Amino acid sequence: MALENSVIQHTLTDQFGAAVGDFQQIHDILTFEVDSESISEVMLFLRDNATLRFNFLTTLCGMHFPDADKDRQFAVVYHMHNWVDNVRIRIKCYLGVNPEIATVSNLFLSANWQERETYDFFGIVFKGHPQLKRILNMDEMVSFPLRKEFPLEDGGRTDKDDRYFGRTTDNC
Amino acid sequence: MSDLLLPPELRYAEIIEARKNEDGSELSILNLGPTHPATHGIFQNILLMDGERIIDGEGTVGYIHRAFEKIAENRPFYQITPLTDRMNYCSAPINNMGWWMTVEKALGIEVPKRAQYLRVIVMELARIADHIICNSVLGVDTGALTGFLYVFQYREKIYEIYEEICGARLTTNMGRLGGFERDWSPLAFEKLNQLLEEFPPIWKDFEDLLTRNRIFMDRTIDVGPISAEKAISYGFTGPNLRAAGIDYDIRVMQPYSSYEDFEFNIPVGQSGDTYDRFCVRNAEVWESLSIIKQALAKLPEGPYHADVPDYYLPPKDEVYHNMEALIYHFKIVMGEVPVPVTEVYHAVEGGNGELGFYLTTDGSRTPYRLHFRRPCFIYYQAFNDMVKGQMLSDAIATLSSLNVIAGELDA
Repeated sequence: MALENSVIQHTLTDQFGAAVGDFQQIHDILTFEVDSESISEVMLFLRDNATLRFNFLTTLCGMHFPDADKDRQFAVVYHMHNWVDNVRIRIKCYLGVNPEIATVSNLFLSANWQERETYDFFGIVFKGHPQLKRILNMDEMVSFPLRKEFPLEDGGRTDKDDRYFGRTTDNC
Repeated sequence: MSDLLLPPELRYAEIIEARKNEDGSELSILNLGPTHPATHGIFQNILLMDGERIIDGEGTVGYIHRAFEKIAENRPFYQITPLTDRMNYCSAPINNMGWWMTVEKALGIEVPKRAQYLRVIVMELARIADHIICNSVLGVDTGALTGFLYVFQYREKIYEIYEEICGARLTTNMGRLGGFERDWSPLAFEKLNQLLEEFPPIWKDFEDLLTRNRIFMDRTIDVGPISAEKAISYGFTGPNLRAAGIDYDIRVMQPYSSYEDFEFNIPVGQSGDTYDRFCVRNAEVWESLSIIKQALAKLPEGPYHADVPDYYLPPKDEVYHNMEALIYHFKIVMGEVPVPVTEVYHAVEGGNGELGFYLTTDGSRTPYRLHFRRPCFIYYQAFNDMVKGQMLSDAIATLSSLNVIAGELDA
């Protein structure tokens, strides 16, 4: 592996200072946090910098942490891949109660639908996105189904009681 | 910009009106789908047409969305495999194996060599089945039904092998955490050897039928092309990206399940058009056959699953007659298994690209969050870009050669 994790870390901290942090290796991928304000610049830098060369946005998705602090309720997780040195990284952006983050669809065309999907399921608003509307769910829907408070099944069901099968709200 | 938020028919109505006033020509709106036989799945394209030429289009997806990511948050790991079957149902075993490998990575389970080789064999079989469907249906869409009927019987033979391995055919739910639920029977190997013997000449015939066929070449060359730069930006992976000339293959970049033990080539195209995609898939079938042969030749003896009693269900016979086995069976089914708090991303080379699983666990028996990187969903957004300015019949061929699987598109 030509591109060492420490190089990625130093290059980013030199450029962005406190906006990037919490670098850690989780299994095979270097993971770090980016301040949600500077995600566009960081992604652009990662893509165009001559040493880093993270040319491919593998995937992006939302996360919901209802039990966390007010300013860390949501996260957008980006996976990027450098095809030259074959290194993957994972970027996390934590967001508050009214989640808003800048779009990266101007940097990677593939982000367009993925951001729409994230908006559709988590209600995370991507500022500057050309067409931020629901994609997999119907347009009339008002809730955001992958948020934790959204129940999987109709709560009023009486024909099925999971307590008898060892499942409670805590362990299932 | 906010114009794009309107339903496309409203946007297009304005354009049609403007054109009428300008030079008197009439544009029209065409609904391709949601249930048009040529789209091979349930998704809609609203196209703005000038005669037979496509001026603009917008895709609507989500008709068979089944909320797999939400369901997965409420199911223990072994109950998520049936969900993965139903994503790319043309190559279900790849999805199954990809999911097991993700969980094994999270739990730190080492899979024995024999199980890894068996997995490689079944994944390559699935790739062949996937490419058989895609390429032969591309023939159908350009007017050649013969090739389709000719090779489809071999997809059936592949399904018979699946049946022998796991009992199911289309939605396989194959394998277990750490390997397979049982060793492959001699009959499975017999069927496999028979396939390896009979299929290559058939595939050769199929190639001969279409590859240098004048009508087929006219219908596919320079149809729906995409440049390498654009393909990367659009997140293309798999055969569609390789057709554009980039040799990105996860089996080589980040080998999993002992792919590093095998010798194979990555076929690439040049122009990224429909014909190149067809040729790349054709060539990949030959590579897959070669990998299967190598794996069979080198197949080691040994256990077919990892020795992980905490996660691997004990044999049924023992569960009935042995207290210990019964306890383990009960614990595993009820979810009393140790799960670390971690997160992993694991990608496999699926039938049509990088199939990734991003799993976050919180120590309970179900994932805290599971995100599927579905290659179809990501590259299908390029479709409108690719067909703009082309004829309607070219759009059908492009769609077909992209191998968009509705189940994977919508999750």
